[in-house]
Amino acid sequence: MDIIKGVPLTSYILLCSILFAIGALGVLYRRNALVIFMCIELMLNAVNLLMVAFSRYFNDSNAQVFVFFIMAVAAAEVSVGLAILMMVYRNTKTTDIDALSKLKY
Amino acid sequence: MNEILIVAGLGVLTLLAEIFSFKKFIAPIVIAGLLATWVVAALELNGNIYSSLNASVLNMLDFDRYAQSFVLLLTTIALLWVIINYNFFSDESNKADHLSLILFSMVGGFCMVSYTNFVMLFLGIEILSIPMYVLAGSNKRSLRSNEASLKYFLMGSFATGILLFGIALLYGSTGSFYVYDLRVKTTGADFVMTPMFTIGMVMLLSAMAFKSSAAPFHFWAPDVYTGSPSSVTSFMSTFVKTSALAAFMRLFYTALPYVPETFDRIFLILIIGSLFLGNIIAVFQTNAKRLLAYSSISHVGFMLMAIRFFSEPTSVASLFFYMAAYAITTLAAFMVLKIVEENSDGDVSISAFNGLVKRNPLLAGTLTIALLSMAGIPPLSGFFAKFNILYIALNHGYFWLVIVAILASLVGVYYYFKIVIAMFASEPVLTPITLTGKQKILLLLLTLLIVGMGLNSFVFDLIPS
Repeated sequence: MDIIKGVPLTSYILLCSILFAIGALGVLYRRNALVIFMCIELMLNAVNLLMVAFSRYFNDSNAQVFVFFIMAVAAAEVSVGLAILMMVYRNTKTTDIDALSKLKY
Repeated sequence: MNEILIVAGLGVLTLLAEIFSFKKFIAPIVIAGLLATWVVAALELNGNIYSSLNASVLNMLDFDRYAQSFVLLLTTIALLWVIINYNFFSDESNKADHLSLILFSMVGGFCMVSYTNFVMLFLGIEILSIPMYVLAGSNKRSLRSNEASLKYFLMGSFATGILLFGIALLYGSTGSFYVYDLRVKTTGADFVMTPMFTIGMVMLLSAMAFKSSAAPFHFWAPDVYTGSPSSVTSFMSTFVKTSALAAFMRLFYTALPYVPETFDRIFLILIIGSLFLGNIIAVFQTNAKRLLAYSSISHVGFMLMAIRFFSEPTSVASLFFYMAAYAITTLAAFMVLKIVEENSDGDVSISAFNGLVKRNPLLAGTLTIALLSMAGIPPLSGFFAKFNILYIALNHGYFWLVIVAILASLVGVYYYFKIVIAMFASEPVLTPITLTGKQKILLLLLTLLIVGMGLNSFVFDLIPS
């Protein structure tokens, strides 16, 4: 615990922001739907890490409870997402999101 | 609070119906349950029912007057939606699942209008969104529906990530998840707007704008609205949009005493962007569903204007009226659109509406009233909704914003009339449409509501009390 507190909060904020940015850029640049799902998970986990860091810093357990909610919701969300991806895969035989461009003008 | 319990219980009951075979009675049971919810919501709003649970639930949800009124509005929308789209469920093998998804997303909507803690805001948004991702793809064989579902899912979870990062940063700068604590902090004398607070608030604002499809964050909306089955689209553009904007309003009027300079500019960009992008791109659409999607983006511009001026005492009331008017109008428009779609092999381009008045005058009449109301022609409800909000902006000294909004609405009149002219001036190519008795009653009821709400505010606003 002392080691965790030894790291200044700024470093955590910086690390989480970088992780979040990597996740966000991944969502924007990758074309494979599965990789995009992983990038979204990365964004959510960056938030989790930030919450826990703040929670430790404030000595307040509220944020840790929030982290549990985020983890539970993320699991539900990804399971729905994978089901949607399966449905798409059955119709298109690919996980490349560029295959889905029927709705463009 | 009671509404959440009733609707959640109803959702579970609907799921059980899949196991025990009483599928036939599902729709009547759900309609009866929603009617009960509506009655409970109305009684609670009037203060006739009051239990200790009602006031606040562990400080996480607060069913104050604001929440109660929006719960009543949301229940009304859902009830009308289920009655109108009765046949969305009857021709499906897994209708129980779809109906229960609708009911569960209602629970999310109720949480979103009554939260006092960011945990409940987050959970509400997710409970509302996750069923909608599934419903958008409920037409499993259609590639368009698949695309809409995947796009909605990816964009929605991306926005959730941004929302959560914003919440984390706000927590970092204030040390609390309670929205009211935020207000205590921001009104305190020693409050300095740190970069962390500003970035957190901006991220929260962007995520909410994303969910309510305001202009720079609107790209998912037209695709998702076009691809989803028409019934689901009408739920999305009424129920989901109302919940998202009500949550948006609640966030600002609980958390901040006034709109700080930094957010003022962001708001103006959102408002003007929504008004102009929505209206101008809609002019070039040939698909009626896509046109309505863009028009709904332009309506968000007006609603955001009410949120921008939340410090005015009448802003909540005018936002409520705008949403009620918009929701009823959209339900009517989508009901007609769905009937036309069913009678033209799924074609919803504007040419599918050619000569609708000769195919069925009632359909054409209802759609005309709905579109005129959306365009803001007096004495329909859409006009008074717009008028109230512009009046607030004018009181606030934003004369130029009112001019901009009126110019944008003038563009809107053009494309709404494109459909009206197609209905009245063109010759029909398809056979006449016959309606069932229930559909006729519903169409008349919706028309009456659109006209009645307008006349109601006309009569009550002009007679000085």
